[in-house]
Amino acid sequence: MSHDTLPRPVKTDSATTAERPARRRGHWARRANPLAGAGSLIWLAVVIIPIYAMFSASLTHQDEALGHNALKPPSHPTLDNYNTVLHNGFGHLLWNTVLAAAGVVLIVLVLCVPLSYVAVRTRSVWSGAAFRLFLLGVAIPAQAVVVPLYLMIAKLNLYDSLLAIVLPTAAFAMPVSVLILTGTLRDISEEMYEAMALDGASTTRMLFQLVIPMSKGGISTVVIYAALQAWNGFLFPLIFTQSDGPRVLTLGLFNYVSEFGVNIPAILASVVLSGAPIFIVYLVARRALVGGLMGVGGK
Amino acid sequence: MSQVKGGPRNDAGRPRSARRNRAGRPSAALALPGVLFFAFFALAPMVLAFYLSFTRWNGLGDPQPAGLANWRKLLSDDRLTQSLTVTVGLTVVSWAFQTVISLLLGVWAAGRQRNRAVLSAIFFVPFLLSSTAISLLFYALLDPNFGIIHKDTLGTTSGAFLAIVFVGGWQFIPFHTLIYQGGARQIPEVLYQAAAIDGAGRLRQFFSITLPQLRNTATTSGVLMVVGSLTYFETVLILTQGGPGTDTAILPYLMYEAGFKSYDFGYASAVASFLVLAATALSLLMVKLSGFGAMRSTREGM
Repeated sequence: MSHDTLPRPVKTDSATTAERPARRRGHWARRANPLAGAGSLIWLAVVIIPIYAMFSASLTHQDEALGHNALKPPSHPTLDNYNTVLHNGFGHLLWNTVLAAAGVVLIVLVLCVPLSYVAVRTRSVWSGAAFRLFLLGVAIPAQAVVVPLYLMIAKLNLYDSLLAIVLPTAAFAMPVSVLILTGTLRDISEEMYEAMALDGASTTRMLFQLVIPMSKGGISTVVIYAALQAWNGFLFPLIFTQSDGPRVLTLGLFNYVSEFGVNIPAILASVVLSGAPIFIVYLVARRALVGGLMGVGGK
Repeated sequence: MSQVKGGPRNDAGRPRSARRNRAGRPSAALALPGVLFFAFFALAPMVLAFYLSFTRWNGLGDPQPAGLANWRKLLSDDRLTQSLTVTVGLTVVSWAFQTVISLLLGVWAAGRQRNRAVLSAIFFVPFLLSSTAISLLFYALLDPNFGIIHKDTLGTTSGAFLAIVFVGGWQFIPFHTLIYQGGARQIPEVLYQAAAIDGAGRLRQFFSITLPQLRNTATTSGVLMVVGSLTYFETVLILTQGGPGTDTAILPYLMYEAGFKSYDFGYASAVASFLVLAATALSLLMVKLSGFGAMRSTREGM
């Protein structure tokens, strides 16, 4: 691949020179930078304080909550708030959200991988035009089309079903997915296609035996991105569903506010519980999650 | 465009190899299902929104033609001017806030030290919560009787505005930090070595190497921020309901109120069409600026 033509020898050379102690000015990243260190600690506080306050408040008794400062730890920690949330259909909400996310991921992968393959490998006017269409799509906010979609969903008899959430969410996850996938696909070299062509492989076989295996990184990023879109989606569930049946987590959280009223500890317990599944995925698959997203803004 | 931008360093061998063979050129039919699906659920509604903006519709029955009434009403509506101002203000302030912090954090996190890796892992945590969850969290933490500040932050115009900016940043800075971290790691180390040999200090290296090298990353990240801030709908709905008064009613919220609270879907569609126009202009700008349309490998020329 082309990036292998980088002057590698220089790189290894730098490693050895950097090891040599205190040789002139050290490399920028290898010397302690007190200012940057302090800045990062400030941001650490900005991140940690709300999270700490959330946990601490979710363990506070409701009658202690009024006039309480969220930074003060509860005097008698309790799990009652979690109990309340778990007995208010939390499991059902979680299950619906998982189903919706799986549906969105499936649709996005099945549609976007072949599409990106075509966008990268053919140079017809049509595929170029289609690709530009998706680029434009990156900027369409879902809010702009929610009214006409509402009309369409109603006419399709999908109102108040999980599909009413899944189909538009998948469509709106497509532009960025295509962008990510075409980015990875462009790095598959011409020689590899030629080698497979010499073996007499059809383009379908190339898709399954070359394109998909070679773009695993991009595909895992897209899986994460699409799943997060479904996990975070609020507007489509808010407008396209009504009953308890297809209700997802975000909408459930929103409804807890009117259900629990001033019971802020219970609301925060529901926030903690809603974040827990993703947090567990993060702990297990941090490398894939972070590594994939890091590529989005690459050069 | 790519030739002007990239000069001789990219795409140099492409025309030759393209002519040489057609290996692995799939039929365009493979792309058709995806294009049709996207056209039906994303593009058709855009056109339909424009059509609906010329109708009267209360959500029941069928839309009735209304001519230019909605547009006339929209263009003479003070709320539109105010909403546009708030939307633009929110976008610009959010962009500045998020760019400065995620650029600095991302460049810092690009170093390979262990403590940086650990802190970066913690910095990412807010991104794991949904916008709804985060808005609820800060709704609770800003509650005057319960939260951290014990002041009616959300009851004042500037307080509500800054709260939305902060909450949006708290959620999305982790993501953009990651983007900058990825970008910073792609800067060839030789550049810094050469600069160090020339005696350039850390600050000089930052401004003369890091910043210019992150130009494309900043464009991508910036566009995602701008487009993203058009969708601060959840945050506004949960934190302020557009208030105090209508002081934080961004365009999407104005649309939501007109449609799903007042059941004036024709008027809501006029606002939505406005949003589509703004978004399309933004994305055209993005395609121009970022060179996404040039179809070249992200690694070529590195």
